[in-house]
Amino acid sequence: MTASRVISPREPAGTVHPEGIITRYTLNERLNHWFAALTYLYCLITGLAFWSPYMYWLAAIVGGGPTARFWHPWFGLAFTVSVFLMYDMWHRDMRTTEADKQWSKDVEYYIKNEDEKLPPIGRFNHGQKIFFWLMLYGIILLLISGIGLWFVESIPWSLHWLRYLAVTIHVAAALATIGGFIIHVYMGTAMVRGGFTSIIRGEVSTAWAKTHHRLWYEQVTGDTSTKK
Amino acid sequence: MSQATLSIRQISGHAGAAPGENVERDYQVCKLIDTTTCIGCKACEVACLEWNGYTFTDTVFDNSYQTMPETAWNYWNLIKFNEHERADGSITLLMRKDQCMHCADPGCLKACPADGAIVQYTNGIVDFQQQNCIGCGYCVSGCPFDIPKFNPTTKKMFKCTLCVDRVSEGLEPACIKSCPTGCLHFGSKEDMVDLAETRAKQLRENYGIKEAGVYDPAGVGGTGVIYVLHDVNNPEAYGGLPKDPHIPWVVRFWKGPAKWIGNLAMLGGILGVTLHYLRYGPKQVVHDHDLEGEPEQDKNRQDKNNGGRP
Ligand code: HEM
Ligand code: SF4
Ligand code: SF4
Repeated sequence: MTASRVISPREPAGTVHPEGIITRYTLNERLNHWFAALTYLYCLITGLAFWSPYMYWLAAIVGGGPTARFWHPWFGLAFTVSVFLMYDMWHRDMRTTEADKQWSKDVEYYIKNEDEKLPPIGRFNHGQKIFFWLMLYGIILLLISGIGLWFVESIPWSLHWLRYLAVTIHVAAALATIGGFIIHVYMGTAMVRGGFTSIIRGEVSTAWAKTHHRLWYEQVTGDTSTKK
Repeated sequence: MSQATLSIRQISGHAGAAPGENVERDYQVCKLIDTTTCIGCKACEVACLEWNGYTFTDTVFDNSYQTMPETAWNYWNLIKFNEHERADGSITLLMRKDQCMHCADPGCLKACPADGAIVQYTNGIVDFQQQNCIGCGYCVSGCPFDIPKFNPTTKKMFKCTLCVDRVSEGLEPACIKSCPTGCLHFGSKEDMVDLAETRAKQLRENYGIKEAGVYDPAGVGGTGVIYVLHDVNNPEAYGGLPKDPHIPWVVRFWKGPAKWIGNLAMLGGILGVTLHYLRYGPKQVVHDHDLEGEPEQDKNRQDKNNGGRP
């Protein structure tokens, strides 16, 4: 098997190649995804270190407590930028459709791997869409509360309830994103085979597209022969 | 600041008593501030700076005796001047020495995430260990008296140590030593509460100051710094002394139940996806030839499980 690439970095997502390959993610989409992943992971490791004395050792693997404290907000800002870029790239594909609503009602089949009982869906399924919006709103809350934690001394004593509010929101939003993150990583690596490769190499097979995102497959290939 | 060291019983060839002689250190120490005899001379401020090696910082003039609005990372001890209107309409100046209260139940320590950045000694002194401090500022949210202050250059938190380095050598804190009116006292918690109650009684009975009393707030388990106040029912009049201080309930929740709820939720999530994988396994890519029931062929050079790669 040759290592030569079928897809090219500049072609839009959804480009179909005669080799049975479809471009799922452009180079920019992949770069941004991994930038987001690394910055989020850094925030997660350092944040968990501050969260619990039993996880304080995590700070040691990123250079110690003071270093972790110094960089956590800056990596948080970088992650925010990345999420906003992601919004710019993907928000059109992330709108909830009628098919998504039906898909969510039938999510039980998705969980049980009985995908043939699910309605066909587009480029992203409803779970992915919910994760996208969770991260977007999550990072907005994390940003606002994080700035409060960053400069906590500048919050005057007369408004000291804001200090407590900042910590509450930051923790709640972090936990919500962590929940989504666990499922996201599981789905992308273990459960949906080919998904992990697609966000690295940018390509999927036509069969993969047809199995997991039939509407998207039909839309990009023009092949409606599988319509029920 | 320094950890407690050994105390001395005798010294050879030494004129006079040994410093720290007869001082027991297994009791709670306490500083008593009698606001009724404070004259606002700021000698304690100077002594604090001198002993701890800080220099004067710029003061702010705001048409009062107040030299600066609040304590700073390098200014741990500040007299707060408060104009107060008495019930009969006359004006008085309430003066209060503001510093860390050395709470028995310290909110700063409860909030701090860094191993060893804040310690409470058995004698009750709450002390920041700057070498372990990560500068996160959580202690600022935990303290009900707004005491910890941040040094932006070193990114470390500072506050009054109750002169732990002096006390562990059997000396009294520097501020106590400098007070010209004797309004500051230092000793065991028991003795200081006793002295404070006696003074408050004297004020009530001999001076007609009916509301005089001792400020030793139970909400934080009592404090290692206590006040005699003219009006114990109105500590707020002394500039930022809360009537019923306690560790903010949000901080308690955050450092208590929230930890367990959050940790269980995270573990539950990881456990959940693991069990799901063991029960259901990965999703398979469906190939056309599978559907048509044809024998497997290398039509599209696709791997069943790894459908993305040719
Ligand atoms: C948007 C930008 C962000 C900013 C400005 C920010 C800022 C902060 C600050 C200042 C703290 C206090 C400790 C410290 O100073 O390091 C903190 C704590 C924390 N952050 Fe962030 N953060 C951001 C994003 C995130 C993200 C993306 C996560 C992802 C999980 C996260 C998770 C946490 C956690 C778990 C804590 C510890 C809470 C605790 O101690 O209980 N933060 N953050
Ligand atoms: S700033 Fe330092 S002392 Fe204060 S909570 Fe953070 S680590 Fe602890
Ligand atoms: S007054 Fe504030 S800084 Fe001092 S011991 Fe109490 S909570 Fe800690």
